[in-house]
Amino acid sequence: MFTLEVNGRKIEARNGETILDVLNRAGVKVPTLCHMKELFPSGACRVCSVEVEGFNTLIPSCAYPAQEGMVIKTNSPRVIKARKTIIELLLANHVQDCLYCVRNGDCELQELAAVYGVRERRFPAEPEKRPIDVSSPSIIRDQNKCILCGKCVRTCEEIMGVSAIDFVHRGSKTIIAPAFEAKLNVSSCINCGQCVLVCPTGALRERSYLKEVTDALQNPNKFVVVQHAPAVSVTISEEFGLKPGKDVDRLLVNALRRLGFDRVFDTAFSADLTIMEEASELVERLQNGSQIPMMTSCSPGWIKYVEQFYPEFIPNISTCKSPQQMLGAVIKNIFAKEQGIAPENIFSVAIMPCTAKKFEAERPEFSANGYADIDAVLTTRELARLIRMYGIEFDSLEPQEPDSPFGTRTTAGKLFGGTGGVMEAALRTVYYMITGKEPQDLVFEEVRGLKGVREARVKIGDIELGVAVANGIKNAKALLEQIKAGRNDLHFIEVMTCPGGCIGGGGQPFNTDQNRVRARLQALYQIDQNEPLRASHQNPLVNELYEKYLERPLSHQSHKLLHTNYAERDVLV
Amino acid sequence: MQKSKKRQQIFQKVKDAKREQLIPLLQEIQETEGYISPDAVKELGQVLKIPASKIYGVATFYNQFRFKPIGKFHIQVCRGTACHVRGSANVMQTLEQEFNLKPGETTRDGLFSLEVVACLGACGLAPVVSINGEFHANMSGPKLVKLLRKLQRKETQKN
Repeated sequence: MFTLEVNGRKIEARNGETILDVLNRAGVKVPTLCHMKELFPSGACRVCSVEVEGFNTLIPSCAYPAQEGMVIKTNSPRVIKARKTIIELLLANHVQDCLYCVRNGDCELQELAAVYGVRERRFPAEPEKRPIDVSSPSIIRDQNKCILCGKCVRTCEEIMGVSAIDFVHRGSKTIIAPAFEAKLNVSSCINCGQCVLVCPTGALRERSYLKEVTDALQNPNKFVVVQHAPAVSVTISEEFGLKPGKDVDRLLVNALRRLGFDRVFDTAFSADLTIMEEASELVERLQNGSQIPMMTSCSPGWIKYVEQFYPEFIPNISTCKSPQQMLGAVIKNIFAKEQGIAPENIFSVAIMPCTAKKFEAERPEFSANGYADIDAVLTTRELARLIRMYGIEFDSLEPQEPDSPFGTRTTAGKLFGGTGGVMEAALRTVYYMITGKEPQDLVFEEVRGLKGVREARVKIGDIELGVAVANGIKNAKALLEQIKAGRNDLHFIEVMTCPGGCIGGGGQPFNTDQNRVRARLQALYQIDQNEPLRASHQNPLVNELYEKYLERPLSHQSHKLLHTNYAERDVLV
Repeated sequence: MQKSKKRQQIFQKVKDAKREQLIPLLQEIQETEGYISPDAVKELGQVLKIPASKIYGVATFYNQFRFKPIGKFHIQVCRGTACHVRGSANVMQTLEQEFNLKPGETTRDGLFSLEVVACLGACGLAPVVSINGEFHANMSGPKLVKLLRKLQRKETQKN
């Protein structure tokens, strides 16, 4: 511990802290564009520059260690002028179409320009217009809005371990692009959308399917069905100014009805269904001793990652479709028949915390009898936009119950929204399947939390299962490498692509950070604690679905509707 | 497949190759193959355990690497100070106008490729253009077009 002086005030600093850390802790706000809390500083944007006595130049506070006795000025005229100039230079190269930009009103660059009083174009330039990459079903890349902060590059490499994009060319010609400047759809991008979450401008955004959805809602011949993922009800409230970690499940149901959806279902229902299939599959694999460890298949970014980088592990991936696709298949094939609606007249929408789900919905594997399981996927952000567009006051909504038959869920299905949730839900049901009894303690504390990889040994009857949970692909990669090197004590691995799982997904509200993710996770745990139905096999409607149509888990009919296979994907990695 | 074999030989020369060897290996590949292909990047990435995007990022940082096969006639236009003063920018501009040829690219018929070099060391002859290693002095846009058209005609006659 030592002290330094900031704007004439004495402030305590700890060893190893950067100047920015100290300032933030002391409540002195310094703007940043390229800074990422958890990662090594890159010092790319320079807007965090401060003046330090004894230094000739301004110092980027994000990258400079705090030192004893430093005398720092964070708002001297020199600092303010430098920051303003930096912003003006960034804007000189920036396409001037804020009014039409998806980030208008929610853009870090725009906000800084306002705060620093940039009110005219001091450096008129006509930057070369670059084509917008619209090739990906998940993510749209607009180079004209890129300020080269590098956050997307670092996220893709250091958090995801994918490195689909990097800085290409040099100097004023620098752009961010995949290898050989290929389009995103043929690159190694796994569509997770974490780059969209960190982008300070509108250079990266999700591909929006709002038009498709509103068109369907207006079409009298379409029966429009919606499902919402477990992670949406605990995050969408943030879009309407509520504090993180508030569950608005029943209000969301009402909002979706008011938007005009004919049926409102819960993806957590099919998460329960997934658990029935996946737990049975695990039990079967354990009995046959084949392709152990089994790995979860709910996270489409993870699936594409394995297909590209570790095709040798494809047989280890559960053949279960994800909950989104399962419910989609059940709606188009069973619900449609039951209701006497032709499948082609059903428009099936999924509200997801995820951009990769858009890609997943378009995969050719996911259509049964010629009908795509899902017709359109909206992210949490897009749904919030739609709710605003339709003039629905979120605060004034009354809670409503979801529709039958796919509205009832257990808390196990709800836990799918966060890292460790699939594991916990599966363990509850595997325990029941193997022993015929409910586990004494339903909470598996070791698999909870936000640590990158969490492992546990779980005793079920006479067997002991080795289980592991990974969130953030880079952590999963480490596990895969261990298994490749001969590690064999694991039986079941849950992987969620995004840090924190779906609650930290690439389709979630823009200011997603660790604190918010933690609050959202707590909300899921709270729901699990408060409700009576806590294991997937207790879901009465899932059981009814089996009795009426699917017979039992892993039956012929289940395989046809609820399972799939993956194959190696040849891309430049 | 022949290519791949040659590449393996290149890779084998550096035992336990690490990231530091990236640039020398890229240079050697370009020397034997004439350019850096996606295929080469893929194999190099596997050897060095570097993602393709990173390799491409590094390679594009330097002017020396090209990503398209060179043409039958490889044109180097000197953009050094002396050549610049005597109008090499004009030569470049003409090439783009007449042949749609930009630095680092190859014409669609595979005949001409263009590379920009900093200095060929023949400032007395500025502006200098080298075609397959042969120097042409006091170049201008029209003179170069005439020369290239002649080469083009010869090639079509051959076929």
